[in-house]
Amino acid sequence: MSSQLQQDEASRSVLHRIMGGSSLVALLAVVLSIVLGGLLIAVTDERVAEASSYFFSRPGDLLSAAWEAASGAYIALFQGAIFNPGADTLAQAFRPLTETLTVATPLILAGLGVAIAFRTGLFNIGAQGQIILGATFAAWVGFTLDLPPGIHLLIAVLAGFFGGALWGFIPGILKARTGAHEVIVTIMLNYVAVYLVAYLLFTPAFQNPGSSNPISPRLDDSALFPLLLGSGYRLHLGFLVAIAATYGVWWLLNRSTAGFELRAVGANPHAARTAGISVTKGYVVVMMIAGGLAGLAGVAQVAGTEKVLTGGIAASFGFDAITVALLGRSHPWGVFFAGLLFGAFRAGGVQMQTQTGTPIDIVLVVQSLIVLFIAAPPLVKAIFRIDRKKKKKPTKPDQSSEDTTTTTAVGGVA
Amino acid sequence: MLLELQGITKKFGTLVANDSIDLVVKPGEVHCLLGENGAGKSTLMNVLYGLYEPTEGSILLDGKAVTFKGPGDAMAAGIGMVHQHFMLIPVFTVAENVALGDEFTRAGGLLDLEKTRAKIRDISDRYGFDVDPDALIEDLPVGVQQRVEIIKALVRNASVLILDEPTAVLTPQETDELIEIIGQLKAAGTAIVFISHKLREVRAVSDVITVIRRGAVVGSVDPSTSTTDLANMMVGRQVSLSLNKAPAQPGERTFQVRNLTVLSATGQRLLDDVSFDIAQGEILAVAGVQGNGQTELTEAILGLQPHVSGSATLKGTELIGMRARQVIRQGVGFVPEDRTVDGLVGTFSVAENLVLNWYNEAPFAKGLAMKPAVVMANAKAKIDEYDVRTQSAESAVGTLSGGNQQKVVLARELSRPLNLFIASQPTRGVDVGSIEFLHKRIVQERDSGTPVMIVSTELDEISELADRIAVLHRGKLMGVVPGNTPRDVLGLMMAGMTADEALGQSVEEK
Repeated sequence: MSSQLQQDEASRSVLHRIMGGSSLVALLAVVLSIVLGGLLIAVTDERVAEASSYFFSRPGDLLSAAWEAASGAYIALFQGAIFNPGADTLAQAFRPLTETLTVATPLILAGLGVAIAFRTGLFNIGAQGQIILGATFAAWVGFTLDLPPGIHLLIAVLAGFFGGALWGFIPGILKARTGAHEVIVTIMLNYVAVYLVAYLLFTPAFQNPGSSNPISPRLDDSALFPLLLGSGYRLHLGFLVAIAATYGVWWLLNRSTAGFELRAVGANPHAARTAGISVTKGYVVVMMIAGGLAGLAGVAQVAGTEKVLTGGIAASFGFDAITVALLGRSHPWGVFFAGLLFGAFRAGGVQMQTQTGTPIDIVLVVQSLIVLFIAAPPLVKAIFRIDRKKKKKPTKPDQSSEDTTTTTAVGGVA
Repeated sequence: MLLELQGITKKFGTLVANDSIDLVVKPGEVHCLLGENGAGKSTLMNVLYGLYEPTEGSILLDGKAVTFKGPGDAMAAGIGMVHQHFMLIPVFTVAENVALGDEFTRAGGLLDLEKTRAKIRDISDRYGFDVDPDALIEDLPVGVQQRVEIIKALVRNASVLILDEPTAVLTPQETDELIEIIGQLKAAGTAIVFISHKLREVRAVSDVITVIRRGAVVGSVDPSTSTTDLANMMVGRQVSLSLNKAPAQPGERTFQVRNLTVLSATGQRLLDDVSFDIAQGEILAVAGVQGNGQTELTEAILGLQPHVSGSATLKGTELIGMRARQVIRQGVGFVPEDRTVDGLVGTFSVAENLVLNWYNEAPFAKGLAMKPAVVMANAKAKIDEYDVRTQSAESAVGTLSGGNQQKVVLARELSRPLNLFIASQPTRGVDVGSIEFLHKRIVQERDSGTPVMIVSTELDEISELADRIAVLHRGKLMGVVPGNTPRDVLGLMMAGMTADEALGQSVEEK
């Protein structure tokens, strides 16, 4: 077991680096990515290309075309994500914001699932599969069982949590018992989940009767999240569940004995073990909670937004959740706001594409750049020329050299 | 080669690690740098070895100023360093390790180890190192591995050799051998910088002692200076080196270990059939060179080792087979040997670390909910009581100095009613000033009637604290002897003699 702990040391130090970054770095990473995204929009814009052909005679044209392309795209993104000034009524003008919240809901829930595992020192790459399982369990309850309103939804939500937790339990118990690395197991379970749901949707238990498409029946109304703002908006109760879950995870991590154990296991499993905390139990428990949270994201999708189970129910939420957790530095409220930001990107991206012709893929590029910058805080700091002096401070004299030599020595022996 | 450091200053941000240090190391001289952990010795040597660039000051070799961009430059200039933690690859042979980074090649870029082997044999014969170039590093005892490190430096024609805390991992006998080797190198004209915080060996080996405190040179003195004066220079105030504890008043033998055996995953006997008792109100110190079963002994009692057989009973309750949490709840206090790895969670606050194994009990928790206010109040009280120097109770424990970290561990373990107190290396890496305090607390715990077990590799500490001494060698108990047993007898036992044999030989030699 101790050798397994040592094995994980490397990945843990990566985690600590990512989580140890300041909020400032996260913020700057976002700013930097948006600027670079803007450059990319400008470079690929047709009018910019045109203007560049006569750059030397009228350089101003190129610059203004580039500025217009980038700012136009981002304004469209903003209008699609937050506030649309061209709408007839004020309520209509804020419709984009409700879209953002709707899309952010599964991102936040799955992001929390990834984050809580991070805090325990585990890379949960399996949110995608856990969302699918959660959605599948909730959907089955939703269209098969016949229960009174309220109770039906509650059971569906619990079933979704259970489905995700099951998909988290497998890598958790395998890690605890056999030392199987959770990254490998969760990635593989993502594939299993994708093909499992694809198979289920062709079985009588799941396929909509009379249809040859791999789509489930619509969930009963009693199992759906009620809409929060009436039928004109898609925003549903799932968003409040996401808020509650964020608070719940915060409380669990910072105020409960279980969270104390999980954080201790994540920060230093050796010390946790010596203090009588069961590291293996921590792994199993946290993976079940992580899976359950991602499962709730699946419920939000199937019982809130989509209302039917399809093979693409999880979209790419499970993978975006990893980015969300990183951007939120694995702190529950950080994840919440990172989820909102990514929800805005997604909701606004559609508008941007239709309005300015800028491909929605640019949003993906921006998201990817954010991850890249967060993973490399020194790069961000160098670009903004901050923290120059502070950077060297933590290396204490005398000890620093001993510390580095210790790690090499340990690494060498192991 | 004459090495001079002139006005070396090294700053990390606002922190001054080295403050205009002057140092002259002459050929054929052993120059000792004495200072507490964190005094700036290693920083200075890292500057000299090209790992850090000095903020100010210059390095002169035979009167000529040089700048080192990295260890490569330093080595090329004839400076060799043996780090405290060896930089050897365990699965490589001696020759491969020595060649590493400076390989001889044949035509076509093929590795030519024969040349390296010849050089190793040559050096080994000249200084009586007795090192086989084809032995695997992992098969060699620590003392021999250290010689390989020295050979590495000598092969690169080092005329200045820096030894960073070279005796930390050696038995007393190995230390004697090392001192002999240093003598030979000195006779051959090598200049040696010997870094240490151990007063006894510093006086034995050096020609000049330079004491460093808080990054600045306090003074250079003759090795005939008394240990008390050296300690005072190091710490900057009067320290009492002797504890003057009252004689033990052993009560009932409530802790009994019988035939305790620990196997490794591959079936090796890491701890071999060990039996002893500890009475209430006495300190049993376990002596031995690092890695002779001490870790396994303490961890087996705590329930942290797999593959344990035998028994350990506390007030009649069998501890073997219990989980760590249950053992702790039996009233066992435990200070692990490596506090940063096993004793503390570095990123947690001081307050959280003070309840690390007690967080889920009243008054710190009720049901699932923890009580942050109570945890904080507890922290404030303990910080006062143990004089922990920290900015606040919320500071991450990793930012504290070694001594203060150890106070946190001790404060946590001693702050509940104990039936047994086990402390492994209680003062390792702790400054002299804190050692005094920590030792007093441990004796205080003994005097309150708790059986105490101390594990230490430092004979000074053993003699200081022990009422009885148990010596471990390769997992076997060599015997339990009285606390006032002479050091040479203990040394022989640590090398594998039973108590009777060791006593016999010691008398014979005299």
